[in-house]
Amino acid sequence: MSERVAVRKTYKLFVGGKFPRSESGRSYLVQDSNVSLASRKDARDAVVAARAAVKGWAGATAYNRGQILYRVAEMLEGRREQFVALGVPGDEVDAATDRWVWYAGWSDKLPQVYGGANPVAGPYFNLSAPEPTGVVAVVAPEAPALLGLVSVIAPAIVTGNTVVVAASPTAPLAAVTLAEVLATSDLPGGVVNILTGRLSETVPTLAAHMDVNAIDLTGVTDAELAADMEVKAAENLKRVLRPVSAGHDWSADPGLGRMTALLETKTVWHPKGV
Amino acid sequence: MTATATSARSDLSELGRSETALRTFLHGLPGVDQVGAEQRAAQLGTRSIKTTAKAEAIDLAIRMVDLTTLEGADTPGKVRALAAKALRPDPADPSCPHVGAVCVYPSMVPYVAEVLRGSDVHLASVATSFPSGQAPLEIKLADTRAAVEAGADEIDMVINRGAFLAGRYTEVYDEIVATKEACGGADAGRQGRPRAHLKVILETGELATYDNVRRASWLAMLAGADFIKTSTGKVPVAATLPVTLVMLEAVRDFRAATGRQVGVKPAGGIKTTKDAIKYLVMVNETVGPDWLHPDWFRFGASSLLNDLLMQRTKLTTGVYAGPDYFTLD
Repeated sequence: MSERVAVRKTYKLFVGGKFPRSESGRSYLVQDSNVSLASRKDARDAVVAARAAVKGWAGATAYNRGQILYRVAEMLEGRREQFVALGVPGDEVDAATDRWVWYAGWSDKLPQVYGGANPVAGPYFNLSAPEPTGVVAVVAPEAPALLGLVSVIAPAIVTGNTVVVAASPTAPLAAVTLAEVLATSDLPGGVVNILTGRLSETVPTLAAHMDVNAIDLTGVTDAELAADMEVKAAENLKRVLRPVSAGHDWSADPGLGRMTALLETKTVWHPKGV
Repeated sequence: MTATATSARSDLSELGRSETALRTFLHGLPGVDQVGAEQRAAQLGTRSIKTTAKAEAIDLAIRMVDLTTLEGADTPGKVRALAAKALRPDPADPSCPHVGAVCVYPSMVPYVAEVLRGSDVHLASVATSFPSGQAPLEIKLADTRAAVEAGADEIDMVINRGAFLAGRYTEVYDEIVATKEACGGADAGRQGRPRAHLKVILETGELATYDNVRRASWLAMLAGADFIKTSTGKVPVAATLPVTLVMLEAVRDFRAATGRQVGVKPAGGIKTTKDAIKYLVMVNETVGPDWLHPDWFRFGASSLLNDLLMQRTKLTTGVYAGPDYFTLD
């Protein structure tokens, strides 16, 4: 019997529910694994996939979105060892799993906390309801690799947005492995799209893209790049979340800010007594 | 070439007089190599067109668009808006060319004509009981005359697929000839008479084989078509690259045989700039640059125009455009 040769994994992009290689055919090495090096066109394709998924995801009931996010937590729990093998501490995997559950619970509660009836001087019911802003570009923080990533994706999608995530260039393995979790969690294709590679290639494309509604610059460490991205984002009035400081404590209570920053408010006037 | 072409033309014009001669001629056309045609089409689709060439291709494609709306729900307001868009597809950029034509149902022609008056944008109308073509000849001809009188200068007719597939070629031939007459062809010289171009829709999705597409192309050209068009857009299989390749070969061979140039219009299912550029590459490689002009090649499309405009904006601004910034129809 000859000795068995181990099968090595190629870490590919996650776009539209599929795992394509970069259209450029490029890859780079991280922890002895080949990881796709996404190009501008991959970013464009990811936005197309994210836009196509908005209608179905935003139109799904909050209850259904909550169930799916909870399902992500279930799947993540089962793959704990895989993340540990990549060097993610076990505690962090647990915290990330709990974060999915925490955000899953908010799906049908946020509209009550953040929306509601407004008193108006006239015979009307006046109701405000939060609605997703649409396609959100997210720059994931460099560390913690998994908890940071989950903490930026979950609040964006729980309200019905779809995301294009530029994963941390130095820690993409956890991001692609999380994509494998998402792909087996009943999450519709295109709701989360993950690009690996250099931020300098994908992020400017996303920041300038006219069909992206918001950009979360959390993981941008270069202040000049961040300022430049804000300028690009201003062209179509994207909502912008500024970078967080290096010492940010990701294990602390995240609060509602990340969810509410990516919402629009719809207000309806309904005549009384008709 | 002119001398031989003239003599050849007189030969071919006799064909329509007898069912036997027409059948012998059409069935004598060489068969289409299906695998070869599909492979050739796929191969031409892999060409990479970038930067300045892409910019030219996009502008040319915009000029070739027959901006189409053929729905039961069309209203005068909707077709007026469409005509306004045809004149100025991108209001933000004056350098953007206008489209080739607007294509509507006959009852909508007068509203479009008001908007297009005085412009270079043509006004096409479908006729002859579009899309099925299953009506008595008299009704089809009345349909055509009404559209021409209302101001259409291009008529998109459908062939009688029932008769074609049953092998009654003269019936199809005579219908095309009669429709051509109804377009004002016979009275072209008389002053004040409207004269419309005739586009003949083969509805290739219902013809089943490439051999039939080749025969129908020749039949339409022999009967006097100014353009041959793939599809109505109302059946599941619309324009495809291989079908268009077969039709382009037919117009090329027809010009070689008769000296008369006929245009080609793929319609239905062409939605992206990438698709449109594949067609342009195929035109250039199959029939040459003579056909790379809106007078000889058109795209029947509606959503294609927005994608062309978005790609055009990307090239001029360097930023990917979004559909929020272009009109819905």
